Amino acid sequence: MKYKDYYQILGVARDASHDDIKKSYRKLAHQYHPDVSKDPAGEEKFKEIAEAYETLKSPEKRAAYDQLGAHRPGEDFRPPPDWEQQHGGAQFSFEDLDLADLFAGLAAQRHGAGGRARPLRMAGQDFEASVQISLEQAFHGTEVELQLGMPELDAQGRLHRVAHTLKVRIPKGATDRQRLRLRGKGGKGLNGGRDGDLWLTIILHPHPLFRVSGHDLYLDLPLAPWEAVLGTSVEVPTPGGAVQLKVPPNTAAGSRMRLAGRGLPRPAGDPGDLYALVQITVPATSGDRERKLYEQLAAGSDFDPRANFAREKRSGD
Amino acid sequence: MATEKDGVWVTESEEYSFAELVAVSGLPEAQLRELVEYGALRPANAEAASPTFGGQCLLSVRAAHRIQGSFELEPHGLALVISLLERIRELEARLAHLHAQQPRRS
Repeated sequence: MKYKDYYQILGVARDASHDDIKKSYRKLAHQYHPDVSKDPAGEEKFKEIAEAYETLKSPEKRAAYDQLGAHRPGEDFRPPPDWEQQHGGAQFSFEDLDLADLFAGLAAQRHGAGGRARPLRMAGQDFEASVQISLEQAFHGTEVELQLGMPELDAQGRLHRVAHTLKVRIPKGATDRQRLRLRGKGGKGLNGGRDGDLWLTIILHPHPLFRVSGHDLYLDLPLAPWEAVLGTSVEVPTPGGAVQLKVPPNTAAGSRMRLAGRGLPRPAGDPGDLYALVQITVPATSGDRERKLYEQLAAGSDFDPRANFAREKRSGD
Repeated sequence: MATEKDGVWVTESEEYSFAELVAVSGLPEAQLRELVEYGALRPANAEAASPTFGGQCLLSVRAAHRIQGSFELEPHGLALVISLLERIRELEARLAHLHAQQPRRS
């Protein structure tokens, strides 16, 4: 079993008071709690902090932990002889045991001790996981494999962390931060309690072309100045395949053209839309012939792109 | 290796009963009633005899359970935190929507 230094994790001395431990825990929880922290590593860090506090806040568990002795974090160790009998009355197999599971096991066995006729019914633990998929996978639906370590009691009532590989089908309907609930795929319930659920958060990889808002997609549509003025028909990529889009004459930069139903599929109802945002782009350099044509255009056009400046000036006078 | 069947998307169009919220949250029923009373959980149909809740409420009660366990908050404080987290979520969605509409190229 690997040693974890719960005092070091909470940043307190081994002889810290209960109040100091609580204060330090709260400070760290504010910093790393997954519901309030933006730190991507916050969730893992918070699990460590919560595990340490769960043991050190209880005088009984803290005494049991202290009797394990001080070791280097990560060092393999075994509890002193008779430690498990003193604190739980059961034999543990320490080789594949996590320190958190050891203390959870002690609590479960204390519940079972005392000759009560009916063992406690406990619901299985819910699990949270996130998975990154591409926009194309969200569009078509996909399958992902998840590696989860779940604590389970064996036939002798001993707690072990068991590695599970789950192949999960992600149906169409995903968008960024969408949640998928898999009933009964979390930790196993005890003594007839229901199995926990697995809650998946879907994260979409950024796409080089499409930006996502809910189930709608946004795509920049660059047009040459003459295409915007004369109108054109352009091939536009969509997740379901390219489509032809008719651009009407005199289309202004910033115009938004809607392709209904070409966004991401929704779990129920019509799919989202795709919006093409018109941008008018100019070449980085122009040749002599192009320059001459633009000069002819400039001389022959009475278009004033800043007419509103003059109007505003007149109204202010 | 087992292949799992499809999960269920958590969406606002799904409706959940109060009893389902209690089962999912792990919080006592009385405490969830307080969250409704304080406005942290808003039923989709408040006037109905048996109000139902959208998917976001399902996620909020799970967050409530985690936060209460971690910070040992009293019900009124918990309701405030849940309401503020919901506002942050709405603002983040609004921000993502605005970012999506911003052209990448200048």
